[in-house]
Amino acid sequence: MATAPAPLPDSPSPVPPKYQPLASSSTHLRRRKLASTLFYLLCFGVTLLSFFLLAWIMSGIFKQGIPYLNQQFLTSFPSRFAEQAGIKSALYGSVYVLCVTAVFAIPVGIGAAIFLQEYAGDNRFARFVQVNIANLAGVPSIVYGILGLALFVRALGFERSVLSGGLTLGLLVLPIIIIATQEALRGVPNSLRHGSYALGASKWQTIRRQVLPIAMPGILTGIILSISRAMGETAPLIMMGALTYVAFVPRGLRDGFTTLPIQVFNWTSRPQVEFQAIAAAGIIVLMTVLLSLNALAIFLRYRYNSRL
Amino acid sequence: MNTSSLSNLADKAMSESPTRKAETPSARNSTPQFNVAMAAAGEQNATPVIVEAEKINLFYGTKQALKSVSIPFHQNTISALIGPSGCGKSTFLRCLNRMNDLIEGCRTEGEVTLSGENIYTKGVDTVMLRQRVGMVFQKPNPFPMAIWDNIAYGPRLRGIKNKAVLGEIVEESLRGAALWDEVKDDLKKSALGLSGGQQQRLCIARALATKPEVLLMDEPCSALDPISTLKVEELMRELRGAYTIIIVTHNMQQAARVSDTTAFFLLGELIEMGASAKMFTDPSDKRTEDYITGRFG
Repeated sequence: MATAPAPLPDSPSPVPPKYQPLASSSTHLRRRKLASTLFYLLCFGVTLLSFFLLAWIMSGIFKQGIPYLNQQFLTSFPSRFAEQAGIKSALYGSVYVLCVTAVFAIPVGIGAAIFLQEYAGDNRFARFVQVNIANLAGVPSIVYGILGLALFVRALGFERSVLSGGLTLGLLVLPIIIIATQEALRGVPNSLRHGSYALGASKWQTIRRQVLPIAMPGILTGIILSISRAMGETAPLIMMGALTYVAFVPRGLRDGFTTLPIQVFNWTSRPQVEFQAIAAAGIIVLMTVLLSLNALAIFLRYRYNSRL
Repeated sequence: MNTSSLSNLADKAMSESPTRKAETPSARNSTPQFNVAMAAAGEQNATPVIVEAEKINLFYGTKQALKSVSIPFHQNTISALIGPSGCGKSTFLRCLNRMNDLIEGCRTEGEVTLSGENIYTKGVDTVMLRQRVGMVFQKPNPFPMAIWDNIAYGPRLRGIKNKAVLGEIVEESLRGAALWDEVKDDLKKSALGLSGGQQQRLCIARALATKPEVLLMDEPCSALDPISTLKVEELMRELRGAYTIIIVTHNMQQAARVSDTTAFFLLGELIEMGASAKMFTDPSDKRTEDYITGRFG
């Protein structure tokens, strides 16, 4: 220091504060570091635990189910004899029901979310609907089964059909789709909306060309989560009276049906060991379908993101 | 020169030439027009008034943000709006293309005329209005798509689908915004990859693509470094004479450098408006003088 600057006239102490050397340590500092390390280990441990639990369950199922998982299993109808039993009707049933669910819930859900987020504004009606949707998302699934039974099966006379099942699951996942879509729409920066309006875009043009494409990855995530949820639901379908033994592939919307989880549930409730094993095989099929749906979602999201 | 005499002058100019020339870009190469625009800074020979705000009162809920603001803006000139933060200059700018309509609880009273038409009367389509009054925002907001698609966005909204036509508009607009040479090989690349200054010029090009009569700029350089700022200012000077530009700025040197007329706002009121040369050297109001000499704000 060649020329120390003169202290300011009214500065209280011209003495510079004493700093600790950077290489030194103190109990307090050591304790802070220890807490950091402990928290890291805790998070890591919890991650490992959940991974190993999943791996443990899956390995058990695979060990039990793999021997029964063959082409015959996929292409046969259920049977009293475990060796001849297959999952064909359940696989078809699940796909059919999910198609109805998707066709119903996706457009309705996205439409409702767009209305609530982009058009409704902040009025009493919008808030009322919003609160109710949030509540519906938390209603136990079996209640939707009762609703489906009363509304679709009885009141509308759809019987215990693919249509009733799909619509019931559609109602079940509707709040999830709406909430996920709203969240995605909320994430679109207002500056882009304003930029679009300032160029003379109408409201619909702005939503169609700016808001929806940017929100699409989030919307897709919501859709896939909800379809996966619908795929795994058993209770509401049993409640509304889905069949448990189906030796045919549904040919239309008004046919009876069974789904993968119902079939698995049905098999596990049997005492014979062989049926436990084919239940495990059924679970493998269910998991495979679910994981491929998720993979599709990740792929689509990646494509949309890379376009931006 | 005070506001009322200026608006009287404006009225006279309006009655003399009630309709503006049909095509703005055609004026780009006409030097006389430019000289007339220059002269707008003086008190005589002003170009006709194209946008005129009259007794604008604006409320956010119950809070009044603008108090009886009246300003005429002359065709093919650059007008700067200055004043401390929260004085209402940006709010006022957004009145001119009704962007305030998008803000909930915002209420506007008074009249804004664009070529003699009140933009706040019933039946005015904001979509139509915003095609004629373009806007550039404070923060560059390129759309997350290719550069080409950003520029073609406005014309496409209008239903132009022909790629060749769109391509011409894209090139013309990018040239107009002095960005063509920098991006002509990357038109298919994402606009988000551009630097901040390039993004802002892209936003200007995007606004030019809709061939507006008036260009509103809300602190267009506040997020830019000095070199980019210089480029945008050069651009504004080039555009003047072809477009009517109204710019909000915090930078008084910028206002002095680029604008023909300057309006000073304080607490929602228009304090003073006049030729920039006079405003920055010899303001008639004490408060204006205090502000531009940095004695408060």
